[in-house]
Amino acid sequence: MTAITDRQKLQYMAAKAADARVNVELETEGMILNMGPQHPATHGTLRIVARLDGEQVISAEPIAGYMHRGYEKLSEVRSFPQVTTLINRIDWLGSFANEVPFILACEQLMEIEAPPRAQWIRTLLFEMSRVANLILFLGDMGVQLGAVTPAFYAFRDREFVLDQIEAVTGGRFHPNFDRIGGLLDDLPKGWLAETKQVMVKVRRFCDEIDDLLMGAETFESRMRGIGVIPPDVAMQYGLSGPNARGSGIDWDNRRDNCFGLVYPELDWKVWTHPDGDSYARFWVRLQEVREATKMIDQLCDGLPGGPIMAKVPRIIKVPTGEAYVATENPLGEMGYYVISKGGLNPFRVKIRSASFNNVSITPWLLRGVYVPDIITILGSLYFILGDIDR
Amino acid sequence: MIHTVLGLELAYWQETTLRVLGGLVMLLLLTGGVVYLYLFKFVSFMQSRLGPMEAGPYGSLQLLAEVGKWLQKEDIFPEDADRKIFALAPAIVLASTFLMFIVIPAGPNAVVSDLGTGIYFVLAMSSLSVIGILMAGWASANKYALIGALRAGGQLIAYELPLVLATIGVVVAAGSLNLQDIVAAQANGEIFGIDWIGNPFVITQFVAFMIFVISVQAELTQTPFDMPIAESELVAGYHVEYTGIRFLIYFIAEFATAVAFAAVASTLFLGGWALPAAWGLGTGVMHVVGPIVISTKAVLLVGVVFWVRFTLPRYREDQLQRFAWKFLIPLALANIVVTAIAKVVF
Amino acid sequence: MSDETTTPEEAAPQEVEVEVAAPRDERLEALLERFTHHLGDSIVDSHIVVGKDLWIRVATDAWRAAAEVARNDLHARYFGFLSGIDWMESPYGRSMDSEVDRILSGEDRPGPGPIEQGYAGGETRFQVFARVAHIGEPNATWGVTLKADVPDDPFEVESWTSVFAGADWHERECHEMFGIGFVGHPGLRHMYLPSDFEGYPLRKDFPLVARQVKPWPGIVDVEAMPEVPAPGAPGAPDGATGATTEPADGGDA
Repeated sequence: MTAITDRQKLQYMAAKAADARVNVELETEGMILNMGPQHPATHGTLRIVARLDGEQVISAEPIAGYMHRGYEKLSEVRSFPQVTTLINRIDWLGSFANEVPFILACEQLMEIEAPPRAQWIRTLLFEMSRVANLILFLGDMGVQLGAVTPAFYAFRDREFVLDQIEAVTGGRFHPNFDRIGGLLDDLPKGWLAETKQVMVKVRRFCDEIDDLLMGAETFESRMRGIGVIPPDVAMQYGLSGPNARGSGIDWDNRRDNCFGLVYPELDWKVWTHPDGDSYARFWVRLQEVREATKMIDQLCDGLPGGPIMAKVPRIIKVPTGEAYVATENPLGEMGYYVISKGGLNPFRVKIRSASFNNVSITPWLLRGVYVPDIITILGSLYFILGDIDR
Repeated sequence: MIHTVLGLELAYWQETTLRVLGGLVMLLLLTGGVVYLYLFKFVSFMQSRLGPMEAGPYGSLQLLAEVGKWLQKEDIFPEDADRKIFALAPAIVLASTFLMFIVIPAGPNAVVSDLGTGIYFVLAMSSLSVIGILMAGWASANKYALIGALRAGGQLIAYELPLVLATIGVVVAAGSLNLQDIVAAQANGEIFGIDWIGNPFVITQFVAFMIFVISVQAELTQTPFDMPIAESELVAGYHVEYTGIRFLIYFIAEFATAVAFAAVASTLFLGGWALPAAWGLGTGVMHVVGPIVISTKAVLLVGVVFWVRFTLPRYREDQLQRFAWKFLIPLALANIVVTAIAKVVF
Repeated sequence: MSDETTTPEEAAPQEVEVEVAAPRDERLEALLERFTHHLGDSIVDSHIVVGKDLWIRVATDAWRAAAEVARNDLHARYFGFLSGIDWMESPYGRSMDSEVDRILSGEDRPGPGPIEQGYAGGETRFQVFARVAHIGEPNATWGVTLKADVPDDPFEVESWTSVFAGADWHERECHEMFGIGFVGHPGLRHMYLPSDFEGYPLRKDFPLVARQVKPWPGIVDVEAMPEVPAPGAPGAPDGATGATTEPADGGDA
């Protein structure tokens, strides 16, 4: 688990100290650079106010909130099934994955369990949204570093995945397909075979990215050693998902804290990378897409029969209680702390979204880097604005 | 003073006008062709899309549509801008580009002005653009533009050196600074007694050629050396505040410079407009074939620039400087020494 | 001091019946034991949902100490989240009726509802709660939800930022949404709202204005109930599908 060696830590500290020395010797008047809220690199409306000395960042402060939609408040006046419509829009690139933890939390409170087939299809769609989400990251990282072409490949192949999601749910971006106790509908005919073909395409895309980006010396020189997060710091800030695993933390909610999904029955592996830099985070995500395609193949093969909906009352009233259920979403740990008072709507929903924690580390991480590295680091932390602001 | 052009007797002013017009037409045609061919189509196919398809057959009139759009746009000056300098900067960049074309020969007689120090005139003119860029960055009163301009300043100066040093190898081998003489040296030369491809310096001066192409990539601020523009960091770098016709000027300058440098590279290393003397084509034929030959070579070289541009990610500014000072310049110096020794020995 | 299954909120129907032979969760009890060992009397109350999760409520004074114990002594180094709860029942009910209509018809606004705390109890209207976890060792991960009461005067608790640096943004958000102060936080600026915004949106008595001026469309456009699918049709056992729950709102109102 202590993946960053002491030597790496020392190197990192030495580099920071050297930078600090340069700052003292060549003291000049700082400049405040305001990036965003409209800026090509912030995928949305994150604003970063950076104090610069030349090209070096003295301090940087991310300012979120340009997209705050108040889902926690809105959830309190909606009935339980209606909440999924809202939370779909949190991480809009992998929206089905947003619904699952909330539904699971409700099911935990109601003490019901979805039938096996529903659990398998849930897991299947969950992994599909992971692929749809992370493919875009893989392409987008190139754009952040100035290589436009991978992004087009990403959009091309993501379309196949979205088509498959649309074929089941009817929605490309906002499926709203998960229900308390099961799923809205079954899979369409011939879908499984098509999906396996799409996964072949996705794997080919991963190989392309491997060649096009990972193989480029430029890419490595921009990513290696940039934005190093030691595992201890990562945990303090609550970094989760590929960001934590990129720092060598061997932790995956799918394996360690799996509730209501069928991951224990699949043959797969949690990838970690010891370096903790931007390259490690990119590498982990690339492996995760590959792993997800393998999982989807297994899920397609092993899909059991049976109903897709448990016995659920027509009017859903969730018994009094509290539950926190977190799943390993494409961006990291996404959890819902649901408090019910036995009524039709939740008493309080606390949405613990991955990007909020992942981005909160940026003031620590951006100290002393160069302006181009801001982009690399933000890109490799990978956030969705809806996931920060909720 | 009476000169003969294609059998016609013309006065000096007539001849000069003709040459300048010919140069301009060639420049704009090539630039437009390059934009359509590479920026619109080649790149689209690389990125598995079609590119423009609506304006004209296969979108061939798209560029005209774009120009029309830019001409209609409002010419905006930022509130805090230094208006005069802001307005002047694009003109300087464009002038630097046009001046480069003056000495590039496209045929036995198809050159605006055949200067004795031709190659250094080209390089000197190309580095004028950095003044325009710094002016633009400063006058825009925008921090992104300022950072972009300063990056451009550092980068263009750093890569000017390997560019010049790379050409010295060619100059030593050809024994002249004049571009026509360099072309002639390649057409008439021979490699170890084989003369049917002449002696294009790309073979004997391959290292210099690679240094030259890499430096050109940096001079043109194309990926992987596009930090001055860096759309994901600095939005658009030094021309972030320009709109309408002034942006169009930057656009033309960017691609015309690409064509100019490609033409210079093909003149220095690929034999220029000439075909090998051993092929026995007369001067009369070369008046017509020459421009086609050099255009083809230049366009193909621009293709390499764009191929690289749309494949690689970009370096960071410090990595770029390190690459220039610690690798390219020593290599170019070593190349000069080796060339000089070889020149004496053979 | 720490009792497992006696809080009134625990009276979920399925647990009441089996109270005598209530299943015990030894793993979570052992975990609670470890917390008790370090925190002693600071643990006011606790709650275990068997096989699922552990809740611990600590005294307000021990809020930061609890974080330190969790992080330093019990190796729960992973910071999940931190937020607040307003336990008051909303005076607006489910915000289904338009406040405008209510005023026009001369109806009085109902007063604030009763305050009834959830798992692990509580004495005050507001509570802060946070989640920390022990991660990094496969098959040995655990998480715990810590709670603490927020007294009315001073309306603040200790900040966690010195223990978990990541608590910074969470405390800012909590301050903005509930007004809870955090002693020792480096800068409690607003995250989302304009800095001159008045009121605390996630408090129950903060009205959801959109629902105040216009009735919730869910009760206006009541759709007819869909036909119950034929029995035996795939995916629709006994007609109890999630889709049919939507119009239930209308029926309820």
